[in-house]
Amino acid sequence: MTRIAAVLATAISLAAFAAGEPEFSLTIENHKFTPDRIEVPAGKKVKFLIENKDGTPEEFESESLKIEKVIPGKSKGVVFIGPLKPGEYKFAGEFNDKTAKGVIVAK
Amino acid sequence: MFGTALIVFREVLEAALIVGIVAAATKGIAGRNRWIGAGLAAGVAGSIVVAFAAESIASLAEGMGQELFNATILGIAVVMLAWHNIWMSVHGREMAADARRIGSDIQSGAKELSVLMVVILIAVLREGSETVLFLYGVSISGDASATSMLAGGAIGLVGGVALGWVLFAGLLRIPLKYFFDATSLLVLLLAAGMASQAARFLIQANMIPSLTTPLWDTSALVSNSSVVGKALQGLVGYDAQPSGMQIAFFIAVVAVIAVGTTLARRRAQDST
Repeated sequence: MTRIAAVLATAISLAAFAAGEPEFSLTIENHKFTPDRIEVPAGKKVKFLIENKDGTPEEFESESLKIEKVIPGKSKGVVFIGPLKPGEYKFAGEFNDKTAKGVIVAK
Repeated sequence: MFGTALIVFREVLEAALIVGIVAAATKGIAGRNRWIGAGLAAGVAGSIVVAFAAESIASLAEGMGQELFNATILGIAVVMLAWHNIWMSVHGREMAADARRIGSDIQSGAKELSVLMVVILIAVLREGSETVLFLYGVSISGDASATSMLAGGAIGLVGGVALGWVLFAGLLRIPLKYFFDATSLLVLLLAAGMASQAARFLIQANMIPSLTTPLWDTSALVSNSSVVGKALQGLVGYDAQPSGMQIAFFIAVVAVIAVGTTLARRRAQDST
């Protein structure tokens, strides 16, 4: 138990210092992402600012990125992604998954 | 219509499986149906409230309100399920040993049921609020007619509930000798899986590190976006690409419940 507590304490202090991640923006409009292909540095935590310009809510979702976040209509949301191993990671808007698709490339 | 049905089905499935396990695990406790019904009703009502408060929740905690909200309710459910398992490790055996005593200990039964009512409420709330948001989006975008949306939603709902029912009916067929061990194991995995999902939200909010993502990758085998993957995720916390932190949360919950169960059993034996 003390070990778990120690790990958690380190984890929280690490998170507190993990400021200044590289930032990227994504826009949702007409149930599509712009850009729909984004390159990010591998091995680093990155911050994504997602703006939903549609009037309807969208759920930004990616199994491989481990992200699941509802972005209400006409609003913005922030998600932290990674650190990622080099490779391609697909994401989608779950509520409109036929059109809302994209990929993040970690290099 | 089928797009709507599929999404509603996926959302309902996880909650339905959890309700199926909880309903089976509380077999024989007096007043169970009322408590389960209350949990479902509160969950549906809560879903609507949460869906319409989505924007305000999202803006809390510097934009991380949604993640914190999800992690918190998952954490509450984990504690409740842990409490259930420890309670059952003592009372489940009594109930199995003497079927006539089932429901006799009404006060402690009610406490147990109220704890599980909260679990049902949370299970429905989590998936339900997303379903409400999704259906709301479909309805105001005008892409689909109201009838096709309602029909799709109903098909998805019935499908998800049917699978939960199949699980429930299957669990009830387990012989009494193994019944408590089987349901306890399922509840244990359910709790550990929820803890792993809570970790995922805390990582997403950048509050804890991921400790390597993914630790392994079995998505080629069973992807979490498939129905089987979703069902396994709801049941045992299956994650095709888990992070190290999720595994740490999973193991920690299993360990805490295992130790708690052993201690409770030992104490019950000492007192008799």
